[in-house]
Formats: sequence, structure tokens, C-alpha cells
Amino acid sequence: MTAEFTVNLRSPDVSVGTATAMKAVFVRDLKIALRQPQDLLNPLLFFVMVVTLFPLGVSPEVSFLEQAGSGILWVAALLSVLLSLDHLYRHDFDDGTLEQLVLQPQPLFLLVLAKSMAHWVLTGLPLVLLAPVLGVMVHLQGNSVAVLCLTLLIGTPVLSLIGSIGAALTLGLRAAGVLLSLLIIPLYIPVLIFGTGTVMAASEGAPVAGQLALMGAFLVLALTLAPFASAAALRISLSNS
Amino acid sequence: MSEPLLQAVNLECERDDRVLFRDLSFSILPGTLIRVEGPNGSGKTTLLRILAGLNDSYSGDLLWRGQRRDGYREDFLRNMLYLGHRPGIKPLLTPIENLRALMAGRRSVPDKVLWQALEGTGLGGFQAVPCHSLSAGQQRRVALARLLIADEPLWILDEVFTAIDIHGVAALEKLLIERVENGGAIVVTTHHDLRLPAMQRVTLGGGDGYDR
Repeated sequence: MTAEFTVNLRSPDVSVGTATAMKAVFVRDLKIALRQPQDLLNPLLFFVMVVTLFPLGVSPEVSFLEQAGSGILWVAALLSVLLSLDHLYRHDFDDGTLEQLVLQPQPLFLLVLAKSMAHWVLTGLPLVLLAPVLGVMVHLQGNSVAVLCLTLLIGTPVLSLIGSIGAALTLGLRAAGVLLSLLIIPLYIPVLIFGTGTVMAASEGAPVAGQLALMGAFLVLALTLAPFASAAALRISLSNS
Repeated sequence: MSEPLLQAVNLECERDDRVLFRDLSFSILPGTLIRVEGPNGSGKTTLLRILAGLNDSYSGDLLWRGQRRDGYREDFLRNMLYLGHRPGIKPLLTPIENLRALMAGRRSVPDKVLWQALEGTGLGGFQAVPCHSLSAGQQRRVALARLLIADEPLWILDEVFTAIDIHGVAALEKLLIERVENGGAIVVTTHHDLRLPAMQRVTLGGGDGYDR
């Protein structure tokens, strides 16, 4: 027979707010990444190398590079984001911090959004910052370089957000790499088509506002829907582990 | 009798075409410690993950304070602390940063309290060392430091005594007893020979017919 106990349940107002919890997740991810900079440099180096190798391997002709430059940069950026995706949840999964994240009382999709944002700041944003230099290298003319950076600025967060779904889904698998690419690349294709298309249009002097708006719509769609899908995928992956 | 915090009603779980447990019903009351027992592979960790809400592949009902838990998930999570056999410690962060990150989603705790908690688990001189250079036992102690400051009424602890030395085990046992005496509810699995007052047992039979 047990004695009578009054249970002091924790009331909602002593708990941490969602914004504070999101910030904590974001800051923690940045801090960890900055302590292991080689993981950050790998996708960046890949991006720079692919773009530099194209003129060497195919043709250094200005006419070719003007044609292909935006495509090369976009494909390289896309693949380098893909390269970094497996790390997004893998380490957290292995050391148990992911379980603790799922068990936080705040809505999981918002915590996942914070993680995706941290991933973008660590991988997408450096690509955007490097793009002008590489854009000049592949002979993109004045205005197109600015448009290229703008498309990458809008497009890379979409890549991180969509990628987060794939990373979460393939978490429980031993050989996740191949499946992750197969799952994610088809979803990346529209972003790639509009990204390069916008830069091509800009280099031909055509107006790009409409295409940029469409890319903005992709971003809004990914921001609002991808975190829900990622959160559900994380629950499934943890449930089966 | 106090009202049960969490109630399992006719829980059944199958894994890889093997029934781990069936018709499992028990109540987790405040002021009690429940030890989940069974041989390796009998589903102890799976049961704890189901109770904690990490594993959804079960049939049966889980009632949180008398109501279906699904509708009260946030309330449940706010009042439950789970420590898995993976400690949830980031190797690149220092113990104090780890503890801060783990507490960040639950309660705002002043750093002074966190330092005290780490000192309380015998990590006094290690607060500024990255966790990857700590031993396995010390890393577990970082996770256990949460227990010193936790105010959740329900604790679910999987293999808490793993890698902890004799003194640590004694201190942890004392902490669990005090917690139970103060009305906390605890569910543990352990292979350590735990003898506590007010302890209940939930025994899972081995799926392989072992040690029944």
C-alpha cells in the first residue's frame, strides 16, 4: 500500500518558450559545427573544386562558360548540400541527443526548423558567399552574378529544408547514402531548373522578377511544409530504432 | 492510493515477428519505483521507449493521469524525464554546455545550479573539458547530473547504473530512494541488483524461452 502523495505537476508557465528552445537548438548546432570545422569545409571545398574543374576538363572558352556557368554553379551547390545532409541528424541520432530533442515539450516541427536553419547557415550561406567569386571565374557578366547569388540565397534554404526530410527518413538505415540521394534529387530538380533558368534569363537581359517570385514560392512552401514532414519522419525513424 | 501518473493497459508489442510482451498492464503511481526485469532481448528497453513516447509500434492503451496520452502529449512530455542508454551527450561540448543544452528546452536554470549539479556528480574539475576526452562513466555522469536538478514527477531511466563506479552507484541509489520518498515515480531497467523499499517489479519473459 502506498502513501498518499500530492504530485506537483509542472505547469506550462514554468516551461521554456518555443522561441527560446529553438534558439538553444540553433546555437548548439552552430557551436558544435564550429568546433569541428573540417566537416564544414568539406562541402565548400567540393563546391569550389567542381566549379574549377569544369573549365579545365571541358573547355576554358568564354562562349562555353557563359552558356554553362550558371548550370555548373547550381549543380555544384546542389551536390555539395547533398554531401552535407547525412550529418544533419546522424550524430544526434548516434549519441542520443535526438531522443532528447523529440522528448522536448515544444512542437517538434519548430525544433526541426531550427536545426534546418542551422544547417543552412553552416552549408548554404557559405556557398552563397563564395558564388560571386566563382561566378566571375566562369565569365558571368555583372548583372547575372547578382542574380546568381540571389537565386542561391533563395534556393539553398529550400535544399536544406527538403534535404532534412530525406535525412530524417533514412536515419535508421545502415547504408543511407544512396537512398538519400535517390529520394532527394528528384525533389531538388525544380529548384535547379528555376535557379539556372533565372540566371540564364538575366544574362540574356530578360526580366527575372517572375522567376524569382516562383523561387520565393518554393521557399515559402518548403518553410511551411518540410518541417512537418521531417518531424514525422524523425518520429518514425526513432520508433523503429 | 494516489492517482496513477501513467497507466499501461493491455500493452502488446511485436518486434521482428516475435511477441515481446502481451496483455501487459500496470500503473505507475507517485512514490513508487518500478523495476522492469527480464533477460537480454526480452524487450525492456522497448517497453521503456514505449512508455516514454519514443516508440509508437505497440497496441493497447497508455493513460496519462487517466486520459489517453495521445491528446496530452505536451503535458506528458513536460512532466517526464527519460534517460536512454545513449546518454544524449555531445562529445564536442563541455559538460556544462551539454547540461545547458539539455535543460534549455525544459526549464531555465541559472548556471550556478548547473555547476553545482556537475560538482554533485563528481565532475567538479571537468566542467571545461570537452566530453570526448572524458571516460564513459564520466559521460554518463554528465547525463545523470540532470537527475540532481530535475523536477519532473516521472522518471524513466534505462540502464542508469551502466559504467558507474561503486560510489556512484551508492549515491545514485540514495538519490532514487529520496526521490521516491518525496513522491516521485521512477521506472528503471538495470542488471544491477537494486533493492529499494517500495519497489515493484514488472517481469518480461524472454522471447527465446530463456530464464522464465
